[in-house]
Amino acid sequence: MVGLSHYLILGAVMFCLSVAGIFLNRKNVIILLMSIELMLLAVNTNFVAFSHYLGDTAGQIFVFFILTVAAAEAAIGLAILVVVFRNRSTINVEDLDAMKG
Amino acid sequence: MAFTDLVFYVFAAISVFAGVRVISSRNPVHSALYLVLAFFTTSALWLLLEAEFLAITLVLVYVGAVMVLFLFVVMMLDINLVSLREGFARYLPVGIAVGGIIVIEMIMVLSARYGDMPKPAPHPASYSNTEELGGVLYTVYVYPFEIAAVILLVAIVAAITLTLRRRPGTKHQDPAKQVAVKREDRVRLVKVPSEPRQ
Repeated sequence: MVGLSHYLILGAVMFCLSVAGIFLNRKNVIILLMSIELMLLAVNTNFVAFSHYLGDTAGQIFVFFILTVAAAEAAIGLAILVVVFRNRSTINVEDLDAMKG
Repeated sequence: MAFTDLVFYVFAAISVFAGVRVISSRNPVHSALYLVLAFFTTSALWLLLEAEFLAITLVLVYVGAVMVLFLFVVMMLDINLVSLREGFARYLPVGIAVGGIIVIEMIMVLSARYGDMPKPAPHPASYSNTEELGGVLYTVYVYPFEIAAVILLVAIVAAITLTLRRRPGTKHQDPAKQVAVKREDRVRLVKVPSEPRQ
């Protein structure tokens, strides 16, 4: 019998996959952005599961706003990526060290 | 085992597999396509949770718009894949260790706490998820909704201004000059002396 905990564990597994992805692909900004999208998807799954099992639509409203903000974030992130590539001809994180951080 | 349980396990396995391939693919284009697969299967899982509106929105907005944008950028940039991949094997143990520890901790907490949550009664056939969301969204959450609209507008303006490039030497129209032009700038009256009839 599939219950709430199954959905939460699925969300946890997806979230940790994207955390591992951020560790593994530290140099590729595109995969980093994709990992962030996967992370938001896992969190949204948790919201939807809780909304279903608690009978409260507020969780689904929250997912709606997260989708909006994530779409805006992806658009701006990719625009920044295009500008960086145009100016530096690379998207390797190791080469983008002009601020000596 | 009920049919919905089987559906859940199949789609959960597919989405975890797609997630693994997103972070381990050699080619960013393959990563983006596996991310599309992950979004699709997750939207099927949301359908199981009776969140029909969000499931359709996920496919329309993410697969239709955001992932196409990702693919666009990935294919537009001429990336040297070899230099981006180095360090993958070096960070593999750290990534697996951190991810594995977090997932084990979360499973221990979640399965102990939420294992016995009763399954809610299914909605009647006349229930409309979209109607219910809309009823709440336009009344209780109307201010956050308008702020979300403003955020999207700001994102449009920011993305366009970041990527807009004015190169010198290109021929383009200046609408301000076009509007401000007067009759005297364009029309010149020439006095031509009339010739006598032969």
